[in-house]
Amino acid sequence: MNNLTKQIGQRLALGVGTLFVVSILIFIGIELLPGDLAQEILGQSATPETVAAFRQELGLDKSPFVRYIDWLGAALQGDFGRSLANGRELSELLSGRLLNTLFLAGFAAIISVPLAILLGLLCAMYRNSWFDRTINTAALTSISLPEFFVAYLLILFLAVQNNVFPALAQVESATSFGDALYRTFLPALTLILVVVAHMMRMTRASIINVLSRPYIEMANLKGLSRWRVIFKHALPNALGPIINVVALNLAYLIVGVVVVEVVFVYPGLGQLLVDSVVKRDIPIVQAVGLFFASTYIVLNLLADILSILTNPRLRHAK
Amino acid sequence: MSIKQLEESLKSGLIDRRTFIGGALAMGVTLSSASMMASAATNATPNSGGLLKVGFTQGSSSDSLDPATYSNDFMFALGYAVFNNLTEIAPNGSAQPELAEEYEATPDAKTWTFKLRKGILFSNGKTLDATDVLVSISHHMGESSKSAIKPLLSQIEKMYAKDPLTVVFELKVGNADFPFVFTDYHLGIRPAVDGKIDPMTKVGTGGYQLAEFEPGVRAVFKRRKDYWKQGRAHLNTVEMSVIADPAARMSALMTGEVDLIDRPDLKTIHLLKRRPGIKVHTANGTLHYTMPMITQSEQFKDVNVRLAMKYAIDREELVAKVLKGYGVPGNDHPIASSMPYFAKGLEQRSYDPDKAKFYLKKAGMSKFKTSIHTSDAAFSGAVDACLLYSESARKANIDLKVVREPNDGYWSNVWLKKPFCTSYWGGRPTPDLMFSAGYAADAAWNATHWKNPEFNKLLLSARAELDQAKRTEMYADMQSLCRDDGGALIPMFGQYVSAMNERVKMPSQISEMWDLDCQRFIERWWVA
Amino acid sequence: MLVNQLKMIPLSAWFGLVVIFLTAFIALFAPALAPYGETAIVGAQYEPWSDQYWLGTDNLGRDMLSRLIFGARNTVGLALFTTTIAFSLGAFLGILAALKAGWLDMLLSRLIDVLLSVPPLILALMLLAILGPSIPNMVGVIAVIYIAPVFRLARAAAQNIVVLEYVQAAQLRGEGTFWIIRKEVLPNIMSTLIAEFGLRFCFVFLFIAALSFLGLGIQPPTADWGSMVKENATLITFGDYTPLLPAGAIALLAVSINFVVDWMLHKSSGLKD
Repeated sequence: MNNLTKQIGQRLALGVGTLFVVSILIFIGIELLPGDLAQEILGQSATPETVAAFRQELGLDKSPFVRYIDWLGAALQGDFGRSLANGRELSELLSGRLLNTLFLAGFAAIISVPLAILLGLLCAMYRNSWFDRTINTAALTSISLPEFFVAYLLILFLAVQNNVFPALAQVESATSFGDALYRTFLPALTLILVVVAHMMRMTRASIINVLSRPYIEMANLKGLSRWRVIFKHALPNALGPIINVVALNLAYLIVGVVVVEVVFVYPGLGQLLVDSVVKRDIPIVQAVGLFFASTYIVLNLLADILSILTNPRLRHAK
Repeated sequence: MSIKQLEESLKSGLIDRRTFIGGALAMGVTLSSASMMASAATNATPNSGGLLKVGFTQGSSSDSLDPATYSNDFMFALGYAVFNNLTEIAPNGSAQPELAEEYEATPDAKTWTFKLRKGILFSNGKTLDATDVLVSISHHMGESSKSAIKPLLSQIEKMYAKDPLTVVFELKVGNADFPFVFTDYHLGIRPAVDGKIDPMTKVGTGGYQLAEFEPGVRAVFKRRKDYWKQGRAHLNTVEMSVIADPAARMSALMTGEVDLIDRPDLKTIHLLKRRPGIKVHTANGTLHYTMPMITQSEQFKDVNVRLAMKYAIDREELVAKVLKGYGVPGNDHPIASSMPYFAKGLEQRSYDPDKAKFYLKKAGMSKFKTSIHTSDAAFSGAVDACLLYSESARKANIDLKVVREPNDGYWSNVWLKKPFCTSYWGGRPTPDLMFSAGYAADAAWNATHWKNPEFNKLLLSARAELDQAKRTEMYADMQSLCRDDGGALIPMFGQYVSAMNERVKMPSQISEMWDLDCQRFIERWWVA
Repeated sequence: MLVNQLKMIPLSAWFGLVVIFLTAFIALFAPALAPYGETAIVGAQYEPWSDQYWLGTDNLGRDMLSRLIFGARNTVGLALFTTTIAFSLGAFLGILAALKAGWLDMLLSRLIDVLLSVPPLILALMLLAILGPSIPNMVGVIAVIYIAPVFRLARAAAQNIVVLEYVQAAQLRGEGTFWIIRKEVLPNIMSTLIAEFGLRFCFVFLFIAALSFLGLGIQPPTADWGSMVKENATLITFGDYTPLLPAGAIALLAVSINFVVDWMLHKSSGLKD
């Protein structure tokens, strides 16, 4: 156990290092993109003169190196700056959207993860049956459709043709919890349809993968029930890959949902990040990018720890 | 009492619908037409109060209240709702005084004097005076200004307040269209604080106060009780949301979550129209799509090549397939038929592969190979338009390769840089403003680098010309020069299309500049 | 013998194989099969289904059937190629990290963390804007982006194997790394990897379509299924099912591939039922 604590500490320290690397990469990436904030905001109406004036006002005329160091110095003291485009404080800009993103991701995750694992277990248990085929075909069809298309279909059936749910997921700080669940039902359902298939398929595959191992055959020979064999003996040994796929999908729910946000007009971080990249608003891109990076680092760390904890052999390995 | 008087009484609320129909029947009008007249009359009578929810295509989370950075429809509409300008575009396309009560020019059109209205109140209780006007305009001028309207304001030599309610502008050269400059969305008047404006201020003289503003998401407007303008600002509350996805925008309209949307998807508009309770509104306008050829480039320096390119595009097909009929073919000059000084006599250019071949031959070529750079960032459907162009040009021995560029960075990488690309203009209210912005030799946005001495001479003399007949003739010559010698291929003019549910009402005549009644719908429209 | 083996193939896998071969056939002989050219404008826009245009025409008046046929040629091969690169590299590195553990694992895993940290679309946008949007660049960028999740999965699956006695024994015997990967680790995690391959293939398809949304990706007028869904997608809001045709083609292929994957999974798992 001590070993594990040490490992976690080490990984967290490395996580900070990773964040540092990510911040450099994001900065270089934005710098290499053609144009800067002044040009992108003025767009078609940019003239050399106005662009120069704009740059000077924002300090964009300084060298990239100096700007990065300035940003880093402030960031290390907890000040991530403010939006270059409209001068808004990051805390004000991010807080609401951050909560929205986490709310939607949580909503989708709470339903999709248990559902996917349960379906995966059932499919593995009744493999090659009609049940298995039907569930797989349905799941595969739903991930073969682009997200926006799944969203359009849901809007068509559940909002336009039958007015069951709103087509726009407009939430404000004043929206009550129940109301928020109702309003975000369609985007959550879209996300569920998109992520369930991956987790379900991988659960099914991992379980089937271990079913022919000697210890499972032993358990079968002992005459244990099918459920017991799958739950007690197969699942723990197949958890490593399952946990990792779940982690990847959870991260996707937080990081990769910009299309769903746009279609349902849901003010989350994804739309903010895209707008900021398009406008080259570096402080915002950095803040959102680092939040996303932390999400991945923490989820991957959790996945690794859980993999170790659930596999006795890994737990005792050096 | 005549039928006209009856109508007037109904409009002003002196009599009700029942009395009107009774009176009309007595005058021998049939029941159905009497009822129709009654509807028409009440339709035109603005109804006070109510809530209007609007879904907008444009709007970004990086939007700022600073008028120097306004760059999309959402901010234009916001600006016009909260602030007033010195002048505004009237529904008939002319400039009319807004915060100015009246204005006059010296005969050479070089010195302009604007008289302000008395006793106009900002929403913080301050009274409007000349200083507010001066600082609001100078925010967009001078060395450190980043405003896009700076080049246009550089014609002002000097401006000063003659008295607290009079502002004088002395221009470098005479400009008969000068009052149009102040209709621009950048130039909403804000209160002066310590000799300048606070760019982020929400305090204006307009009919609405900004109750909520989340850039790129939504804005909520509440009507001011003490608005100075008569017969405007009917709605109690207006909620604007950014709904960038066209399918989502139309769904929201169909489910009643919004009442009004701009730019419905033209691919499916015929299906939208069939929905009961939804109407589609179109307005001709100044919006046009261009394909600028850089006239200094090796490939397009020969006017014959440019003409060949202009004859090789099938404008009718583009209007039908890209605009789905919501537009008209362009004639390679930027003046819309709705604008003053439009040259009616100019022949409409159409698709003619033989003529294109003829001009190629004149340029000493039997076939021609070039590429057009495009992106849907230029305008929605730009890539499709180029693909159609490429197919039609093939019949004229022109091998036109379509290069789709990334949406991101299109305006900084491709526009003004590639020899042949796609672009659009929202248009300008007058030929002078349009030509000086995009076609004058020294204009920053002269995308074709076209430098025709005759054209540029005419531009200057027409600007200061007060004789209407002479001016009309000069502008006609300029349109013809642009069409036959210029580098811009202007295949089509688009209509402004919006869709709304039947509650939404508007005056019988609306402005033909920009979307949604010149983006002034908030104070001009109402709900039943 | 062969006949017996063929008889063993379940019905679902047969279905999958037939669809895959049919797609490959269509892709190979597209110019001969398609009634019209890929980019030719043959009629008015949105013509209904008729004898002349079996599946109607698209938004510019191009024959929908011909576009679908050429789309198979343009996208399927590309998606397969991209998936294979991402997959082989990701799986190899993942297994290597699990096997070697220690600093190599740490280094590779943190590199992958960095790659995963930037949302895929943003990463693709930046990389393609810098490299220029050409087909080879697109293949490279998508492959790099998808190495990361495959790595995570392969590493997790392999970690369960490398601690088993026979792998440790092989290491003690002094067997080479590649030998251990090929003979000991790979066979035991193959089924998990195959399953992932089947899904990754769908994701690549959709990713190419998403890129065309940003004006990157495959250049028009080249037909690709993903962009065809996108171009006609708004029709679905009104219950017009035209965009379902290319979407259906993607789904059919995805389901077929995964049916075959299931069969292989079952075979490699060694289960008898």
